[in-house]
Amino acid sequence: MKPRTRRLGWIVGGLAALAVAATLVLNAFRSNLVFFFTPTQVAAHEAPQGRAFRIGGLVETGSLTREANSLTVRFRVTDTAQTIPVAYTGLLPDLFKEGKGVVAQGTLDPDGTFRASEVLAKHDENYMPPAAADAVKKAHEAMSTKTLLPAQGVAK
Amino acid sequence: MIPELGHFALILALLVAVTQGTLPLAGAALGESRLMALARPAARAQFLLVVVAFACLAASFIGNDFSVQNVATNSNSELPLHYRFAATWGSHEGSLLLWTLMLAGWTFAVSAFSRHLPRVLLARVIAVMGLVSVGFLAFLLFTSNPFERLIPAAPEGRDLNPLLQDPGMVIHPPMLYMGYVGFCVAFAFAIAALIGGRLDATWARWSRPWTTVDWAFLTVGIALGSGWAYYTLGWGGWWFWDPVENASFMPWLTGTALIHSLAVTEKRGAFKSWTVLLAIVAFSLSLLGTFLVRSGVLTSVHAFATDPTRGVFILAFLVIVIGGSLILFAYRAGKVGLGGAFGTVSRESMLLANNILLVVALASVMLGTLYPLFLDALNLGKISVGPPYFDAVFYPLMAPALFLMGIGPMARWSSAPLPELWTRLRWALGIAIVSALILPFVLGRWGPLISLGLFLAFWIFASTAETLRVRLSTSPHCALMAKLRANSLSYYGMLLAHLGIGVFIIGVTLVKGYEIERDVRLEPGESVAVGGYDFRFLGVVPSSGPNYRALTGTVEVRKDGRLLEALTPEKRIYNASGQTMTIAAIDVGLFGDRYISLGEPVGGDTADSVAGAWAVRIYIKPFIDWIWAGAFLMALGGFLAVSDRRYRLAVRRKASAAWDRMHSGGAPAD
Repeated sequence: MKPRTRRLGWIVGGLAALAVAATLVLNAFRSNLVFFFTPTQVAAHEAPQGRAFRIGGLVETGSLTREANSLTVRFRVTDTAQTIPVAYTGLLPDLFKEGKGVVAQGTLDPDGTFRASEVLAKHDENYMPPAAADAVKKAHEAMSTKTLLPAQGVAK
Repeated sequence: MIPELGHFALILALLVAVTQGTLPLAGAALGESRLMALARPAARAQFLLVVVAFACLAASFIGNDFSVQNVATNSNSELPLHYRFAATWGSHEGSLLLWTLMLAGWTFAVSAFSRHLPRVLLARVIAVMGLVSVGFLAFLLFTSNPFERLIPAAPEGRDLNPLLQDPGMVIHPPMLYMGYVGFCVAFAFAIAALIGGRLDATWARWSRPWTTVDWAFLTVGIALGSGWAYYTLGWGGWWFWDPVENASFMPWLTGTALIHSLAVTEKRGAFKSWTVLLAIVAFSLSLLGTFLVRSGVLTSVHAFATDPTRGVFILAFLVIVIGGSLILFAYRAGKVGLGGAFGTVSRESMLLANNILLVVALASVMLGTLYPLFLDALNLGKISVGPPYFDAVFYPLMAPALFLMGIGPMARWSSAPLPELWTRLRWALGIAIVSALILPFVLGRWGPLISLGLFLAFWIFASTAETLRVRLSTSPHCALMAKLRANSLSYYGMLLAHLGIGVFIIGVTLVKGYEIERDVRLEPGESVAVGGYDFRFLGVVPSSGPNYRALTGTVEVRKDGRLLEALTPEKRIYNASGQTMTIAAIDVGLFGDRYISLGEPVGGDTADSVAGAWAVRIYIKPFIDWIWAGAFLMALGGFLAVSDRRYRLAVRRKASAAWDRMHSGGAPAD
């Protein structure tokens, strides 16, 4: 083979590798991207049915209940404007507390309960999951523009 | 007094670094040997000063000096001594100081072990490292001063994050940073070669051991971090494709490509420009990793935008270093040359394919890591790119690279006839296929990915063994020892590192294929059977440690009625921060771990957490320790390779003299 043809071969090979990678990436993106929604968005039916997504906000104080003789817990996630009931079976992370920020991944049941497959732990007590903080902030902005009432309570 | 001394030492170090970064470079350009001679003493002085600064900070931590902001935020008088020392790099400021210390250390090592490098090259290498150091020292002093005083002093410190109070965290950051920063040496060699416009096999020989040893450190560092995540985060995962992890994995992928491409440049003089480019990219990715982890951009893109001083500084530094070196590359690469030609099937072509695959894999990891940040920064919505993305993209790209790994060492340089490769490797291929088809049934369950993983692992084992056998049988020596000794240590290092990959694949494949994870509710005295073992929960008792209170559970592990071990997972509450922390208990075994961690009391009445039922997490992790064993074998291979004779002084001195003779004609051009 002439050096020139060979070099062409390598370039074609490299491009082919890139094309394969691009296909893989696009496929993986299409099926594995997880979008984030705030409780307000979920309440407004903006979240997809039957597809996994994430919600974030604060665990409403006093909302945590545990089903007897199982590991299923129920709590409500709020962005101070809207509240979504969440059910989760499994062990909660160390930093899960009422009144603190939380991010959960899962799907929405037809009855409006968010069935979480994963409740995310973060590494630090002082630290609020950014998505959760964002949800609360957005709700505050929406509230203060709509009703001109000062945002309540959650000074995070 | 001590913190001020440290601060002062840092300021002096910055001044020395400026000198080290400029004068030798000017000297090399003007052919002024007195200026070039400044490089080594400056490197040493800088190292000494940074060591003093680091020691001062460590002394403040050990002496509980809560008038230092950094100490007050990240330590506590109840903290045991070794964790107070480790807390030195537990904070943002401290870890940057560690970065700088490592950089100064590498520069010092270059100045000490490269006595026989050509003067001009050495001056440039040390100067480039000095310039990088200027950036980091300025960053420390202007945005992240670790010695900032807190007036009035805090009566007590806020404590080190409990997650970091772990023996693994004492050694993981220094190892990881050693690896991160070490790419600066390869980078400096590349830049020095570009400035000089000369790049040949001797250049590759000089920069190769540095790159290999650094890659080995990075491998150990990442493995330690992964092990730490496995046993402290309490959910038994060993790799999460988390941006912080990817930040260290991207330089590793590039570094792996680089050590292979350097091999070709040293042995065959080919791939020169590519090697230089990889060296630049590897170090740029180390900087990018530092930016991602240290600027706060991962915690929140928007928080980063509201207090951007640190981030903007690193970003500017990143642009200068990457932009500057790429411009230099574009300008000079033509002069460096492409290097020798090679056949379509040859060791060079295999290594080229390896490089292409590694770089494409790198690009896909980078995309998955940065894409959510871009979207968020542009307010296009919040998304997360989780493990499924990386699994779907990374494994298919790596599989062919791993397959080639079996053929590469067997292929000849320049041209390797396919029929010959087939004759030599068909047995290895047979062994791999048979193992891949039979072993899953022995282990329990067949799955396509399990078979693929086992095939690749056994293919690597068998072909590596065959490569060694062919090498030994074609050796002219008769005695086995003589045959073994005829090969270089770097050859054995390569084989060992490849075997390490095989061991690693076994670990990943089997743990992914056969792991069992169960969350169960257990009353004291109750048992549960998981994966052929019986776990009997005996209840929890209160206990305490130096700086925490705890509830310690006891779980007996039995197999066929025989007691294997009593595991004691804990739930700790740290006194200073009030933070809860789950400490898993792991029964480590060669063929797998039994992993138990406590959830929360689920008896209903939380006041009676001691006598009531608990949520308990029970994991069976087959062969998981092979993952880290494989990584350590890879690193060991790297260390073995650099202890090769040809990198030792006498040989280098000769090569250096030859280099000086060859290039002495062109002194003014330097």
